[in-house]
Amino acid sequence: MTPPTERPLTAMIDPAAGPPDCAAYERAGGWQATRNALGRLAPAGIIDMVTRSKLRGRGGAGFGTGQKWSFVPKEPAADRRKYLIANADEMEPGTFKDRLLLEGNPLQLIEGMILAAYGVQAGHGVIFLRGEYHLACARLHHAIGEAREKGWLGENILGSGFSFDIRVHSSAGRYICGEETALLTALEGRRATPRSKPPFPQTGGLWGAPSVVNNVETLCNLPHIITNGPEWFAGLGLGEDGGTKIYGVSGRVVKPGAWELPIGTPLRQIIEDHAGGMRPGYRLRALLPGGASTAFLDATAIDVAMDYGSVEKAGSRLGTGMAIILDDRTCPIGMIRNLEHFFAQESCGWCTPCRDGLPWVERLLDAIENGSGQEEDMDQLGRHARMLGAPGRTFCAHAPGAMAPLASGLKLFAADFAAHIQQGRCPQQPGA
Amino acid sequence: MTMTSIRIDGRDCPTRSGINLLQACLEAGASLPYFCWHPELGSVGACRQCAIRQFSGPDDTKGRIVMACMTPVSENTIISIDDPEARDFRASIIEWMMVNHPHDCPVCEEGGECHLQDMTVMTGHNARRYRFTKRTHRNQDLGPFVKHEMNRCIACYRCVRFYRDYAGGDDLTVFASHDNVYFGRAEDGTLQNAFSGNLVEICPTGVFTDKPFSAVYSRKWDMRGAPSVCVHCAVGCNTIANAREETLRRVLNRYNTDVNRYLLCDRGRFGHGFVNAPTRIRTPLRTIDGQQVPVPMADALTAFARMAARGRVVGIASPRAALETCFSLHALVGPQHFCTGQTRQEHECVELAHALLDRHPGALPTMHEMESADAVLVLGEDVCATAPRLGLSLRQSVRQASFHTADDARVPRWMDAAVRTLGAECPSGLYVLTPAPTDLDGVAAETLRAAPDDIARLGFAIAHEIDPAAPAVTDLAPDDVLLAARIAHTLVAAGKPLVVSGMQYGAPALMQAAASIVAALARATPEAGLSLGLPECNSMGLAMMGGMPLETVMEQARAGEISTLVITENDLTRHLSPADVAELVAAVADIVVIDHTATPLCQQASLVLPVAAFSECSGTLVSQEGRAQRFFQAVFPPAPIQAGWRWVQALARGLDPSLLHMAGLTGWRDLDDVLAAMAVAFPRLAPAAKAAPGADYRMNGQKLRSQTYRASGRTVIRSFVNVRDQPPPGSPDAPFSSSMEGAFGPDMPAALVSGYQASPWNSVQALNRFQHEIGGDMRGGASGIRLLSRTASDEAGPRPYAYATDIPTPHTAQADTVVVLPDTRLFGSEELSMHSPSIMARATAPALGLPAGMATSRHMVLHLDDGAHVLPVEPVPGLPAGIVLCPAHMVARAFRFPRVARLERIPDEGERS
Repeated sequence: MTPPTERPLTAMIDPAAGPPDCAAYERAGGWQATRNALGRLAPAGIIDMVTRSKLRGRGGAGFGTGQKWSFVPKEPAADRRKYLIANADEMEPGTFKDRLLLEGNPLQLIEGMILAAYGVQAGHGVIFLRGEYHLACARLHHAIGEAREKGWLGENILGSGFSFDIRVHSSAGRYICGEETALLTALEGRRATPRSKPPFPQTGGLWGAPSVVNNVETLCNLPHIITNGPEWFAGLGLGEDGGTKIYGVSGRVVKPGAWELPIGTPLRQIIEDHAGGMRPGYRLRALLPGGASTAFLDATAIDVAMDYGSVEKAGSRLGTGMAIILDDRTCPIGMIRNLEHFFAQESCGWCTPCRDGLPWVERLLDAIENGSGQEEDMDQLGRHARMLGAPGRTFCAHAPGAMAPLASGLKLFAADFAAHIQQGRCPQQPGA
Repeated sequence: MTMTSIRIDGRDCPTRSGINLLQACLEAGASLPYFCWHPELGSVGACRQCAIRQFSGPDDTKGRIVMACMTPVSENTIISIDDPEARDFRASIIEWMMVNHPHDCPVCEEGGECHLQDMTVMTGHNARRYRFTKRTHRNQDLGPFVKHEMNRCIACYRCVRFYRDYAGGDDLTVFASHDNVYFGRAEDGTLQNAFSGNLVEICPTGVFTDKPFSAVYSRKWDMRGAPSVCVHCAVGCNTIANAREETLRRVLNRYNTDVNRYLLCDRGRFGHGFVNAPTRIRTPLRTIDGQQVPVPMADALTAFARMAARGRVVGIASPRAALETCFSLHALVGPQHFCTGQTRQEHECVELAHALLDRHPGALPTMHEMESADAVLVLGEDVCATAPRLGLSLRQSVRQASFHTADDARVPRWMDAAVRTLGAECPSGLYVLTPAPTDLDGVAAETLRAAPDDIARLGFAIAHEIDPAAPAVTDLAPDDVLLAARIAHTLVAAGKPLVVSGMQYGAPALMQAAASIVAALARATPEAGLSLGLPECNSMGLAMMGGMPLETVMEQARAGEISTLVITENDLTRHLSPADVAELVAAVADIVVIDHTATPLCQQASLVLPVAAFSECSGTLVSQEGRAQRFFQAVFPPAPIQAGWRWVQALARGLDPSLLHMAGLTGWRDLDDVLAAMAVAFPRLAPAAKAAPGADYRMNGQKLRSQTYRASGRTVIRSFVNVRDQPPPGSPDAPFSSSMEGAFGPDMPAALVSGYQASPWNSVQALNRFQHEIGGDMRGGASGIRLLSRTASDEAGPRPYAYATDIPTPHTAQADTVVVLPDTRLFGSEELSMHSPSIMARATAPALGLPAGMATSRHMVLHLDDGAHVLPVEPVPGLPAGIVLCPAHMVARAFRFPRVARLERIPDEGERS
C-alpha cells in the first residue's frame, strides 16, 4: 500500500482532465472512508476522530469541526430531521479555494458530506453554492447524479441503514449568505438576514431543525481523516493545527494562484516559492492574509506562520488563507475604499451601525481618495473603526470584518491619509 | 416569574427574572432609548439602540457593551446605562439613523409624538456630521388608511415584523438591502391586512401615518383626549378619542391589558368617520306637512308632549346605544313597553349567549388569555370579520407550541426571531370549522367547510367524544367522526383549551355545541374557555337588561295598541323588512327617532332628535365577554346635541309624571345618578357603575386634564375666529376638565387615561411609564369591570351540566332553493363605520358567493323577501353545496340569516340560452 499523500485535498485534481468520475475516484482511494465508516463506525466515533484530527473550520472563523458537531442532538437520522449543509458560497474577495475543490473533485466533497452527515446523523444534505459558480454547479449536479446512481447517496447507503441525499442550492446572491445563519434563512426562502444565537444552528437551524454548516474545504478533508486516521492528519500541520490548507495569493506577484500546503506554512514561502515573489518593479507593501475581512499586515510580517494562532498573534486573522497583496505602487486608500465599497454594498441592512455606518465610511474614503477629504474625516473614520469594529456592537461579524482592513489601514497608512488630505489629491494617481 | 434585583448605575432595582434588561430598565424608570423592541413584538436586536455596559460581577471594572433588549435579567446583574462608551455608542446609533432622515419634523405629522424625536433628544445627538448627499426613496399610495413617507424610515423593521409575523399580512415587506432597504408593497396599492392601521403607532417615526387624520390634522398637544371604547363590534377595544375645535380628529389605541392591549383593527381605528359625516343629524327635525324641517329644541319637546298625550308610548332601544340610553328609555316606558330593538332571532341568540356565558362551566378567558390558549376550536364564526381584534388574538394562540419548544431550548419567549426560528414547524392547535374561508385558515391545523348545522353536529360529536354523557350524534359521515376524534383529542390534551363561536349565522345550535364542548372539557380542565361573539357594542349590556323583541312591537302595533314609538339609535330598516317597516309606520301615529345619523328610518319619523355620538358624551358599554367599560366625552357639540339619556329625560319632563315608569328619571343630574338608578333597577348591572371613577373623582384635589400642558391655548386655537377668551366647556358626567388645567400622571386610574405622555416620552411609547410592568397591568389599576364571573362560580363544586339535546339535522342541498348565509365583511357589514369615508373606500362591491360548481355564469338573481337582486357571482372555495353567501346588509338592507331563497341563473352574454 502506498503511503498516503501529503496533498490529500488536491491529489486527484487535474484541471486538464476534469473531475474524476466515481470509478476513477474509487481507484484513487475514494469511497474508502465511506466503506470504513458507514455501519462500521459509530457516529460518535466519527466525531471523536475529527476532534482528534485538530481540523478547524476552513471558512474563516476556524472553529473546531469536531467541537461544532458535538452540540448536535444525538438521535439517529431516521428519528429526527437534521441537516448537513456545505457552505460553498465563496464570496470573500480574493478567495477562490473552494472553487478549485468544487470544480476539481466534487465527489470528494460529496463523500465528505456523507461522512459528516453520518457523524451528526443528518439525513438531508444541501450544498449552498455561490450563484456565479456555474461550472461547479454543473459538475456537482453531475457528480451527485452519479453518486446517487451508484448507491453512494439515497436510501440505506451500503446497507448500513443510513440514508442521506444532497440537493444543490444556487444562491441568489449576496455576500451575507456566507454567514451561516443568514445562509439558513436564505435557504428557507426568506431574506438573508443573520439570526441571533441561541438557538445555534446545531440545535435549531434550517426550519428549526438541528443543522450543521461546514465550509467546503473543511468537508473535503473528512474522507482523508477517516481513511488515514486523525493522527496522520494532525501530523500534516507544521504547528498547532492539523492538516493541510489551500493557500492562495492574489495581487502583483509573478504567479498568482492557490496551492495546498501544510497548515502553518510560513507566508514568505507561500509568496516567494509558490507565487514566485513580487513582479519586477513592485515591492510588497502590505497584505491581507486571509481575504478582505482580515486586517492588514505590513511587509515585516512576512515570516509569520500561516496558522490560526500565529496570524492572530501578528495582529490579523488566518481567515480563508487566501492573501491579497498590496504593492508599493497601488494607493492603499484606494484599496481600502474598494473594500469598503464592497462591504457597504453587501451589508444586509438589518442592524443600524453596519447599514448606515459602512456607506458613510465608503463616502469618506471616496472623498479622501478623490481629493476632497477634510481633517475631521479622519476622526469619523477612526470613530467608525472603533464603533463598528468591536464584537457585539453589530448584529453579526460583517461590520467588524469590514473594519479590520480599515482600522489596521488607518495605522499602517496614516502618512498616506495625511498626504491625501493635505495635497487634496491622491499622490499615487497617474498625472498627479 | 420570580423577583430578583439588578444594579443599574449603582442603584439596586427590584425586577423580575425572565424579562430582558431593556424591560427591566424601563420598569425601573430609567430612560433607555430603543426602537426595534416592542412589548408585543419582542426583541430582535436590529437597531442596536439600547446598548448598555454589563459587568460580570462586582469586581469587573471593564464589562462589555451588550444590547439590553437581547440580554436576559439574571440574578445580581450589574449594568451601567450612563457608561460613557455606551452613551457614545447610543448617540452614534441615532446619528447613523439620521444620516438619511429628512429632518422634516416641522411638516411631519409624527412631530410632537415621535419616538425618534424623543430618542434623539434622549441620546443627546444634536449636530449633523454626515456631509454627503442623502439617499431618497419614492413613496407609495397604500390606500385610504395609511400614508407612506419612506424617507423618514430608520429601518427598525417593526412594521414588517408586526404586519407579517404578528398580523399575518403578506403585502407589506422589506425590499433591497444595505442603506437602501425599503419597507413597502411590491407596487402601490391598498394594504390588505385588517390591522394595517396599527403601523401608525408601531412605526417609531413618520413613515406610516394616519391618512384620514391627515386631512384634519392637528398636533398631538393641541388636541383634547378622552378615554373611549370602540363601537364597531362587540369586543370592546379601548381607544383614545382625540378632538380639536369640537370635531373628532382620530382614534388611537388605548392599552387595556386584558382586552386589546397594543392593537386595534382598522374598522375600529378608522370607523369613527360617521361622527363627522354629512349624514350627521345636528338639529331636531319635525315632519310638518310631509316635510322634515329643523325646529328649536323646545318645539320638539312640546311636540312630543302632545304626541305622548294621545296614547301609549313604547320604547325601542338598541344594542349599539349606551347602557344609560337604554336604561333611561326603560325608565320612561317600563318593562312592559320596552323593546330591545332586535328581532326575535337576534334577541334569542343574544339571550342564549348571555345565558351560556353566565352559567358557563369552565372559564371566560380575557382576550389576552385567549392568546395563550394551546388548543382553539372555532365553531362556525368568522371571527376575523365579526370580531377582528379577537381574530388577531387567536392568531397568536398558534404560537404556543413554539413557546414550549423555546422553553426547552432555554430561549426566552421574548427573543422573537429565535422563537420563530425554533417554532418554524411547530404544530398549530387551531381548528377552524366554518362555512366559508376565514383569515385564520392559514395558521390552522385543520379547516373544515360545512353548513352551520353540520358544524354544530360536529361540535356536539366532539362534546360526546370528550364526555360520553353528552348526547351522541347519529349518522355522522366517517370523515367527520375521525375529525371530531382528532379535535377532541387535541382539546383534551391541552392545558388551556378554548372554544369560540358566535351568532354570525344565527344558529343557536352552534353556541350550544360550543358550550357543550367546554362543559365536557371543564370536568378535567377547569381552564377550558368559552367565547361567544355578539353583533353590537352593547349587545351584552342590553341582554342583561332584557326586553321584548321587535316582533312583539309589531303585534302590538297591528293591534293598535301603540300611539308613539321612541326609538333610540336604532335603524329598524336593518332589522325589519320594508313591508314590516311600512306596516309599523302606518300602524303607529308618531315615531320619534333619537339618533346621531340620518338613517332611512329617520325619514319615516315625525320627530328626529340629534343625539351625541360616542365621542360627544360619556356612557357605558358591555362587551361580549361581559366587561362594562366607560367611554368619555372628547367633543363638546353645540346644543341641542346631547347624550341619549338626556334626550329621554327631556322628553320625560314634558310628560305627566304619572305616565313615567320611573318618576326619578326627571331628577337625574349626571351619569352617576343614571348608573345609581340602574343599579337599583338591574342589580346585575350594578357593578357597571364602577367601570370607571365617577364624576366626583379628584386627583390631588383636581379634575383630570384632557389636554397636554403644551396645548397652544384656547385663545390661540380659536384666534382665526375670535381672539376673545372662551370659557372651556365642561361636562357634569366626567371627572375631566376639558382643558390643559388639571391633574395628570402615570398613576391615575387606567379608565381615565386620556393619552400617554410622560416627559421625556411624548409618543405612544410613553405608555411604558403608565404600566406597572411592561405589557402588564396599568399603574392605575384595571379599566372596566367584568359583570360575568371569569371562573365557574359554583362554591358547591361542579354541578352536572345540562347538555343541550336538540341536535340539528344534517344540511342537505336542495334542487330548487339555496340556503343564504351572511357574508360578514370587515368593511361593509357594520352599520356605523359604513358612514366613514375611509371605510367606505375599503368596502368592495357586493357579490354573491357560490360553491365553485354553482358559479356557472357571471351574474345570478337572488330572490329575497324584498324582491329580486341581480348580483355578480364569485366562486368561494370549499363552500358546501346548496349554500350561497350574501353580503350582510349590502344587498337586502334588512336580512335575517339563514334564509332559504330561490336562485336564478342569468346566461352570460353570447351564451346560447
